[in-house]
Amino acid sequence: MDSKKLQAKDKKELQTKSETTQTRPVFVPAVDIYENNDALVLLADMPGVSNQGVEIHLEDNELTIRGRVQEDPSDRTPIYTEYRSGDYYRSFTLSSVIDQERIEASMRNGVLKVILPKAEAAKPRRIEVKAG
Amino acid sequence: MALLRWRDPFERTALSELNRLQEEMNMLFDRFFGRRSLLTETGVFPAVNVAEDDDNLYITAELPGIDPQDIDLTVEEESVVIKGERKLEEEGEEVSYHRREREGGSFSRTITLPTRVVAEKASAEAKDGVLTLKLPKAEEAKPKKIEIKLG
Repeated sequence: MDSKKLQAKDKKELQTKSETTQTRPVFVPAVDIYENNDALVLLADMPGVSNQGVEIHLEDNELTIRGRVQEDPSDRTPIYTEYRSGDYYRSFTLSSVIDQERIEASMRNGVLKVILPKAEAAKPRRIEVKAG
Repeated sequence: MALLRWRDPFERTALSELNRLQEEMNMLFDRFFGRRSLLTETGVFPAVNVAEDDDNLYITAELPGIDPQDIDLTVEEESVVIKGERKLEEEGEEVSYHRREREGGSFSRTITLPTRVVAEKASAEAKDGVLTLKLPKAEEAKPKKIEIKLG
């Protein structure tokens, strides 16, 4: 078993130039992005966001992910608060050309997984060097 | 290991209320200027929020990417232990990483409760990576309404 102990970290709040209309905080989710031959895969931690709360947008190589959490309607009185909940937002500029038609996204246990298949033209090709 | 600094609910005197207010203001300022985090210095995973209503205590923790089956909860009269492991998907050798910010590993945290609870009636729910524990307060810990008799 991996014996590495997890550390609690403060959620990183989004620094924006423009003001938001809501008073709710917006956080920058921690992400993993990796690439294989066929696709670019993005994983983002967005606890509290359901399937319906995710919005993914790709325009001019700029990928934006947004996650909205359900506001807690309960009348519970907080006693001790170590973390705050809020929405998530992050955007990336993609270097490869993505086949927009085949983008797949899913949410599981608060983790967003986006599979961005590479467009045919962007797939790596092996170029044979001919002996002259 | 008591990680929660708690206040005796029966000690809510004016002075302690004032202290609490001052502490909260300090925290607000510190947070605004980025001096102090919301977390305890220990930074033990997971960060938790504790809340209450008349009948129950609620503990919530953000545990994204952790299968509910991998979470182990132990509730006692005055404490709760949250244990588990966060396993990250293995992607094989064919991939190259652009970013790697998410972390895996094991965790264990003991939370001392501000009131006594009925451990047998505790329940837990995990939804969208957020764990919520509902702990019914022990009878003596519930707020009591006192009738005033007309003289």
